Amino acid sequence: MTTVAVKPATMAQALTRAMRDAMAADPSVHVMGEDVGTLGGVFRVTDGLAKEFGEDRCTDTPLAEAGILGTAVGMAMYGLRPVVEMQFDAFAYPAFEQLISHVARMRNRTRGRMPLPITIRVPYGGGIGGVEHHSDSSEAYYMATPGLHVVTPATVADAYGLLRASIASDDPVVFLEPKRLYWSKDTWNPEEPTDVEPIGRAVVRRSGRSATLITYGPSVPVCLEAAEAAREEGWDLEVVDLRSLVPFDDETVAASVRRTGRAVVVHESGGFGGPGGEIAARVTERCFHHLEAPVLRVAGFDLPYPPPMLERHHLPGVDRILDAVGRLQWEAES
Amino acid sequence: MTVMEQRGGYRPSPPPAWQPRMDPAPLLPDAEPYRVLGTAAAAKADPDLLRRLYAELVRGRRYNAQATALTKQGRLAVYPSSTGQEACEVAAALALQERDWLFPSYRDTLAAVARGVDPVEALTLLRGDWHTGYDPYEHRVAPLCTPLATQLPHAVGLAHAARLKGDDVVALAMVGDGGTSEGDFHEALNFAAVWQAPVVFLVQNNGFAISVPLAKQTAAPSLAHKAVGYGMPGRLVDGNDAVAVHEVLADAVRHARAGGGPTLIEAITYRIDAHTNADDATRYRGDTEVETWRGHDPIALLEHELTERGLLDEAGKQTERDAAEAMAADLRERMNQDPALDPMDLFTHVYAEPTPQLREQRDQLQAELHAESEGSHR
Repeated sequence: MTTVAVKPATMAQALTRAMRDAMAADPSVHVMGEDVGTLGGVFRVTDGLAKEFGEDRCTDTPLAEAGILGTAVGMAMYGLRPVVEMQFDAFAYPAFEQLISHVARMRNRTRGRMPLPITIRVPYGGGIGGVEHHSDSSEAYYMATPGLHVVTPATVADAYGLLRASIASDDPVVFLEPKRLYWSKDTWNPEEPTDVEPIGRAVVRRSGRSATLITYGPSVPVCLEAAEAAREEGWDLEVVDLRSLVPFDDETVAASVRRTGRAVVVHESGGFGGPGGEIAARVTERCFHHLEAPVLRVAGFDLPYPPPMLERHHLPGVDRILDAVGRLQWEAES
Repeated sequence: MTVMEQRGGYRPSPPPAWQPRMDPAPLLPDAEPYRVLGTAAAAKADPDLLRRLYAELVRGRRYNAQATALTKQGRLAVYPSSTGQEACEVAAALALQERDWLFPSYRDTLAAVARGVDPVEALTLLRGDWHTGYDPYEHRVAPLCTPLATQLPHAVGLAHAARLKGDDVVALAMVGDGGTSEGDFHEALNFAAVWQAPVVFLVQNNGFAISVPLAKQTAAPSLAHKAVGYGMPGRLVDGNDAVAVHEVLADAVRHARAGGGPTLIEAITYRIDAHTNADDATRYRGDTEVETWRGHDPIALLEHELTERGLLDEAGKQTERDAAEAMAADLRERMNQDPALDPMDLFTHVYAEPTPQLREQRDQLQAELHAESEGSHR
């Protein structure tokens, strides 16, 4: 048995590799968006694709998000498998009408005759010092739209596996890429065949007995850090990485909370009307008799995303997570 | 001391040479809407085409009348009639080859039917038993589109994809005058021109967006003039002259198929009926205007030409009227049957595989239906 030297790779590299492998495997896969061709994307995630596959397969489009997604709909109608890049979370909003009125419901409108296998990649979230309109967490909008899958990786390996699965899906997938994890590194070997992760399965990133942190995307590393810090307080925290917001893996989440009896949902998105409310409700409905405390949420404040010099006060951090864990009615234990 | 001063002073130089991307003059529409009927050119029109157009126009008008009647009988939730606009509807369908694609708006049921879509399946959306009743791939007709102009980028994407695959396919997208104000109209035309996609955009300027007249919609010299800004030709045509509309559309389709890129066509027509059966047109327009347009009726214009040329006699007219009546009778009969509804279908086509959450909800509805039927048997 030979050992392959595994070099650290970034999430951005894994995403590029996923598109490259998908394009090589299937000539119907087309990448399109603003600056994705010659430049390789503002985050360089499409780097090299236009050179390798030609500009017809990796296309610099005019600067118009509704037009990008709208034409992708027509391309999918004709049997292509478009992978659309929205340059930043807040720049995806002009495409919402196409997304909500057509992408999400074409299969339904046509009784399954016209499915739209479109992957919409959206760099999202804050923590990169971005100025206004560059740091939104827009997942709640997508989650609230039936017909879409909503997927977000937190690790380098998942970035590859989940993007391959999204491109292979016959349903539209909003693929949310945590910007601040683009340059996170992990040992991941792109030369070894990677199992393509199925969409809709959460994973326990860290096992623990005291309480469950339910999180996804950019907040996963923060929660893992909080779990390490919590050891000093005597708490052994479990961390569940959802990976897919739609479909939602009730089974994995509920099994964890039934084991620990306590749960905190952590995300950057605003708390009011955010994903955490839905998740807390689902956990309560399924685990009520196992719960020692109400399910708490640690979320971004209900603000327009703050200017970069103030964003650290907005983003859920280790202390705020530990504070919430501390409010999980431990006094009942003693 | 500035950097420039250190370098010994700023020496102005002319900017890099500039020239327009193309000569805009050939893109400009004609000063007058193009007409064939009532001109010398009419004599050259193919008799078979004239008869085909006439048959479809008569059938189309009867279809509109029957569908409107069905709204009054509660068989249709709503019907946006295209009476007065039949020439555009029919010509759009007839200008395309079988392999081409049509992208209709919600008012373009006639175009879909003229292309072969079953008359009842074309009304599924408006009856309300589902959204799209027909298989879009059977006759290459995209679903009737309600959000204005949003189907235009689809047409561009489809035509672009076909060209990438090396297929000889043209897409024809239909939109109204109101729809030209939407952002998707702009983006679709821009993408189409940049990609030189084989698309034809047909704007039916019927005078009103529900109640709002064109003057409140645009300050452009004409809607066809908008083409110039995108770098594609604009054409103006009399939308009630079926032969002219067909010719202009067929030219544009040929141009697109040959790799010449997109064309924007503005057809000047008039919506004789209200926006839908639920609208009251007397609140925003006068009878005189409607009567003026009745004098320029698409069916009467073509009938006049056919009669003058001896291509149509009273018996021929009766034959077409009978065919239209037979179609209407069939439509009536089939629309008067209650559609088969299965509530479980609600969950079938949301995703390829229902999510666990949808499976739970499907079970819930199943249980409710079961309880309902138990209750009714008690």
